[in-house]
Amino acid sequence: MSTAVVILATIAVGCVPAASALAAASWPRRSPAAAIVLWQALGLGWGLAAVGALIAFGATAPAAVSGGALERLASIVTSGAPAAAIGVIGTVRLVCLAAGVVLLAVLVWILAAATASVLRARQRQRILLSLLAHGDPKVPGALVVDHPAAAAYCLPGLRSAIVISAGALDLLDADELAAVLAHERAHLRERHDLVLLPFLALLRAFRWAGVTSRAYRAVGLLVEMHADDRALRHRPARELATALLRVGAAGASGVPSGALGVAHQAEECEVAARVIRLLRPAPGLSNAAVALIVTASAAIVALPAALLVLPLR
Amino acid sequence: MDVLWEAADPLSVREVSGLLTDRDLAHTTVMTVLDRLAKKGFARRERNGRAWHYRAAESREAYVTELMLSALDQTGDRQAALARFARSVSGTEAQALMRALGALGRVPRG
Repeated sequence: MSTAVVILATIAVGCVPAASALAAASWPRRSPAAAIVLWQALGLGWGLAAVGALIAFGATAPAAVSGGALERLASIVTSGAPAAAIGVIGTVRLVCLAAGVVLLAVLVWILAAATASVLRARQRQRILLSLLAHGDPKVPGALVVDHPAAAAYCLPGLRSAIVISAGALDLLDADELAAVLAHERAHLRERHDLVLLPFLALLRAFRWAGVTSRAYRAVGLLVEMHADDRALRHRPARELATALLRVGAAGASGVPSGALGVAHQAEECEVAARVIRLLRPAPGLSNAAVALIVTASAAIVALPAALLVLPLR
Repeated sequence: MDVLWEAADPLSVREVSGLLTDRDLAHTTVMTVLDRLAKKGFARRERNGRAWHYRAAESREAYVTELMLSALDQTGDRQAALARFARSVSGTEAQALMRALGALGRVPRG
């Protein structure tokens, strides 16, 4: 078995406990941006390494063909099945090769399916908003929907929108509304929806694996905290904190219980965690720590990518 | 669409044009818009003599409810389609945190 296969398999398997540990760690709250980068790298690196390990192992010809995993795969495809390798090990190799190709197709497919479903939901929102929503001088640039429940959200995309319900408009004062708008604008400007999309795809496809939902929740919370940080550049922390508490508390009582779902318990902690973070900000990570995280992230992606292309035996 | 929501009975294109007095729209423009609304399922149309009559498929409240429910829904897909500002926090927890805010010096409103 070649070194490349061992390294790729180690990365693919290692990404899972690493994701669990990252979801449970507390340091990401001190530098959400760096942690988000690491999450992206873990997701992408896992995909590359898992597909790469299977293909590299399956495509290892007994002799003759050298080169990176992709090159070997290409040579097998062009020259027909590795006839010399038939036997027990040859069969195992063929199965791994097929599994690698299937896994790659599945990953591409789930990402496309998640994207399509998100785009459909947004399109429906856009049409409904164009029929129902109106502007309001209290929240310049945002759309207002006449409903008593307190809600504030943004609709990401090329034609993005920030939506505030009439209930939230009544509930919050001018400063708090400005803080909400600053937070939502950060989401839209930095396209946080794209950060979450791969984890949504993994969650939809591998719901049975607990790590996917933990990862999704962790990235979702980090994205919110990062948008909070961005909003703090323009607004004081207290406005954002009171706005969060008012909208959060109104949301719990104003919505029919059927709409809240089982995640309620976990969600409660999210607003509290964000408010506590605003009240007692922990110092951000040092530049050296951030640089280390970014370097590690680059390595997690670059190593499997290189092993897929470059020869290593 | 507002005109259709406010009308009790199905309206013809001519009646809709007549009610849109604040805007000077060509008959064909109104016809095209109504046709598009019907195609997207927001309006239903029925033939009444020689003209199509249009009415809203659902009440305005029904659409507002749909909009808000999808915004407040906390399952994964919706969450990624729309980014919500704050998820629910229990009343007691919110009060405790509000007190903590007050203790930091300035007393918050309410």
